[in-house]
Amino acid sequence: MEPFRYLMPDPTVILNTSSLQRALARIAHEIAERNDLGTEVVLVGVQRGGVHLAQRLANFLSDIWGQAVPVGSLDVGMHRDDLGQQAAPKIRPTVIPFDITGKTVVLVDDVLFSGRTTRAALDALNDFGRPRRIQLAVLVDRGHRELPIKADFVGKNVPTSLSERIDVRLQETDGEDVVYLEKQ
Amino acid sequence: MTWNRKHLLDIESLTADEITTVLDTARAFKAVGERAIKKVPALRGKTVVNLFIEPSTRTRISFELAALRLTADVINFTADASSLKKGETLKDTARNLEALNADIIIIRHSATGAPHFLSRFLHASVINAGDGAHEHPTQALLDTFTVRERKRKIAGLNVTILGDILYSRVARSNIWALSKLGAKVTLCGPSTLVPRVFEQMGCRVTYDVDAAIGDADIINLLRIQHERQRKTMFPSINEYAGLFGLNRDRLSRTKPDVLIMHPGPINRGVEIDSEIADCGRSVILEQVTNGLAVRMAVLFLVNGGKGPQEIAP
Repeated sequence: MEPFRYLMPDPTVILNTSSLQRALARIAHEIAERNDLGTEVVLVGVQRGGVHLAQRLANFLSDIWGQAVPVGSLDVGMHRDDLGQQAAPKIRPTVIPFDITGKTVVLVDDVLFSGRTTRAALDALNDFGRPRRIQLAVLVDRGHRELPIKADFVGKNVPTSLSERIDVRLQETDGEDVVYLEKQ
Repeated sequence: MTWNRKHLLDIESLTADEITTVLDTARAFKAVGERAIKKVPALRGKTVVNLFIEPSTRTRISFELAALRLTADVINFTADASSLKKGETLKDTARNLEALNADIIIIRHSATGAPHFLSRFLHASVINAGDGAHEHPTQALLDTFTVRERKRKIAGLNVTILGDILYSRVARSNIWALSKLGAKVTLCGPSTLVPRVFEQMGCRVTYDVDAAIGDADIINLLRIQHERQRKTMFPSINEYAGLFGLNRDRLSRTKPDVLIMHPGPINRGVEIDSEIADCGRSVILEQVTNGLAVRMAVLFLVNGGKGPQEIAP
């Protein structure tokens, strides 16, 4: 796909490096505002876009609360509702090295779209314990929900058409912090 | 990450990349087995049939538990209690199972190529759980998984397979998998059971046990397959144990970090001394645990993406 990028209309930048950073800082403050007991909060990033975002939010929150915040990663591949309709997905590591029972789990993902990944994540999380509550933080909410799911913390709301694509590029994986909206 | 196969029939036709995909996927499923809740809904609503025309305990139980942990429904079908005894052909048996809307059929059969034969006319996915002396793909995958997990790599390792190679499907599948992933394979055993023809598969063949195991990183022991041997291949079990059995004396002349593997069932005092089977270098029980994870991964991968005829076999 990459070699033909020049054939496509120029993508629109919806978050640049500094606005992405500010959005994450704001989400961290909102999480801290909603949950005054930092000891009760754990972050779980959804593979694979949410994992690095969860780590960055944890860094902000550690500064705010003055203590380390546990971070885990969750792969939802085994819980998807479209298995059998497409080739088996690549399963990435699920690492939750702490007990989530009784905690407030903040699920972190890059883009909220149909809500199906979030539903799968809620199911997958269920196998690890019974959290006190689960909250959802996303960098971009692009609409078009197919399930009754809503984010608690949103970096940016972006009205999109179904034919458009959101491309979240992060320093850790892509060498830059920027979110594009691409026309197909 | 590549996997577009509807069936798992043998290792010979897999690429190194496909083998690695299974191993990577299995690592995630091994983690599922270590949780308090060991079940995921990946195969919810699917029907898996264990069609075992040849006796097996551990492979059948492993496949059954793997399917159950993926939330599939499982039917076990064994030769001695089946209509095959009443004269039904394998093809008709399989067609009848498919008429019950089975999605995945796992077959063990004494005839080479039985799974390939079924895959030609069934819409269901077919997984080979051992066909004659031909291949036993999931055993090779779990063996390579165990090697990779313990040694952190496969390429460049010296793997010695010791025992009855001629009648062993485990040996053939392991030779394919290990050599595709870059390991050096040595075969050793009585000359009647280790023909030189295996050199054509890129293996070193030797009849000197000490030479075979001296530089080995892995020793994979195989049982003597009495049930498949049509004539006497060596004078006596005692002689075999003396000449080829792994005992403390032989083990003392190997690398200190050598791993001892065995696909089971083990015959204590024949191919392996009792104390060696239970020693710290033996990973025989880890292989059983890993077998479950690998079979979950295989069921998960072959289930992905198929409407009945969409993916070519």
